[in-house]
Amino acid sequence: MTWSQISTQPWMLWRRQVAAILRLELKKSLFSKRAWWIYILTLGPVVMTGMHSLFSRNGGHTMGEDNMIFAGIFQLYFLRLGIFFGCLGIFSNLFRAEVLERTLHYYFMSPVRREVLAVSKYLAGLIAAVTYFVGSVVLSFIFMSAHWGPVFQQYLFHGPGLHQLGWYALTAALACVGYGSVFMLTGVLYRNPMIPAAVVFIWENLNPFLPSLLKKFSVIFYLKSLCPVGDIPDDGPLAFLASMTEPTPAWLAIPGLLIVSALILAYAAAKSRKLEVSYSE
Amino acid sequence: MTAPRILFDNVSRFYGEVLGVNRVNLAIQPGITSLVGPNGSGKTTLMNLMAGLIRPSRGEIRVLGIPPDRPEELFRKMGYCTQVDAFPKGLTGYQFVYSFLLVHGMIESEAAKLTDEALRRVSMTEAANRPVAAYSKGMRQRIKLAQAIAHRPTVLILDEPLNGLDPMARAETIDLFKQWGEEGRHVIVSSHILHEVDRISDQVILLSHGYVVAEGQIQGVRSEVKDQPMQILVRCDKPGLLASRLFEQDHVVEAKVNEDGKGLLVRTRDADNLYLLLNRIVLDNGLEVEAVAPADDDVNSVYQYLIGGEGGTT
Repeated sequence: MTWSQISTQPWMLWRRQVAAILRLELKKSLFSKRAWWIYILTLGPVVMTGMHSLFSRNGGHTMGEDNMIFAGIFQLYFLRLGIFFGCLGIFSNLFRAEVLERTLHYYFMSPVRREVLAVSKYLAGLIAAVTYFVGSVVLSFIFMSAHWGPVFQQYLFHGPGLHQLGWYALTAALACVGYGSVFMLTGVLYRNPMIPAAVVFIWENLNPFLPSLLKKFSVIFYLKSLCPVGDIPDDGPLAFLASMTEPTPAWLAIPGLLIVSALILAYAAAKSRKLEVSYSE
Repeated sequence: MTAPRILFDNVSRFYGEVLGVNRVNLAIQPGITSLVGPNGSGKTTLMNLMAGLIRPSRGEIRVLGIPPDRPEELFRKMGYCTQVDAFPKGLTGYQFVYSFLLVHGMIESEAAKLTDEALRRVSMTEAANRPVAAYSKGMRQRIKLAQAIAHRPTVLILDEPLNGLDPMARAETIDLFKQWGEEGRHVIVSSHILHEVDRISDQVILLSHGYVVAEGQIQGVRSEVKDQPMQILVRCDKPGLLASRLFEQDHVVEAKVNEDGKGLLVRTRDADNLYLLLNRIVLDNGLEVEAVAPADDDVNSVYQYLIGGEGGTT
């Protein structure tokens, strides 16, 4: 597509259509009975860290240890489980849930390009996922060390705390971007997205054991590179099988992840043009 | 210049090994076109193909020159009221119509104006601010209709649009269809209520087991059904005499005097000849004829001749 073709596209119309679809979709993505288990995934660590804050009261450990524990929670829970499965639930249902509720045809009977519809739905899912998981990460980070009182405030506002929190939030948001695009695609391509999701889950968790080249074809590889607090020993008893790879610098990991996500999303959007409405099947 | 049409060129659609429709060739003109056929005959498949909700396994479709796989162009001109009785959750009737007009890309004031107009046309203004989930079946049907017509489409596809409507609403809706047909729009209606289809249709498409068995104006379709003698009702003062004269003709298969003794139901293989003969008999015998009318050139009769079984609710 040439620049002159791009500039003659009806961007104004698409912008209005995206806004209209977002209005309808956000209600569904943010507040849905079907998403109860996603609320549990997001609230779980907040409740746990909140309880830690209430009951541990500075006894027997240091704030540095709390930071390391949070880094572990972030890498092992948020990145590998919470955000992964949360995005699976949110993004693979963007089209599937409407097929189950028999309402997808209303969108398909509107004069809107399927690509615009797919991107709008993705954006709605992304806003919901980022709200849930970045919110959960920020609250968990604060609750984890809040009981340190002035020491924590000093660490947060005059030390590296805010910087670390920013990176955690950014990494969580990028995880939503990356996994969101992957699960949007599986939701468009497969009637039952659980099987491809299982394959992606295994692939992502095999990441430490893969050769350096293959490691780069996963979302978790780039996300781990962005985590602000060092290496968490997450390879368990099979750690001796893990291969060492230089982490990707942030200036490469962030655009890399965004570009790969954009490509996957573009493919999903193109595939959505071929979707049919057939509720009886 | 020919009127813009909806064209099916050798279109087939299979669901795995199950036939949806097969080798459909159609050129649908503006006006009201009714799709008639028993359950599973392919009516909804044909409508879904026109709307691009499903794709043909073979063949090509054009709606006013637009291929249905371009919804961004097609649905500026088309509205489709499906049979599916489901709605996005949590919306009022007004929000349902209005939200999807915004999805069209309209600005808010324009969408609001068209929403009001559509709600008024289907008599749903008063109930517009109630949640769709609280609507009766008839109200849900009407709000779907409002959503389909709100952007003033030139092609309107309506799958069983009279389902669930009370007699008053049904009559109003039929009047609306007639009005749209007269305005030169394409109105494609599927209905199993054959006497209503008969009243409003400019043309019919009869479907059976995925095949188009007949299409065109109903009288034309009837005259093509050669193996079924035409039935003609003659109201006159001497039906016995008329019957005896008619029986002299080879093409007259049956002549049955009405119970009231003032009419005759004639079955003939050559209607044109019968009309000529009738004139002669009237002149020769001084019969007083009150009315002559075909008795089986309605959708119901044609349906039974071509497809068989019950022609649906009448």
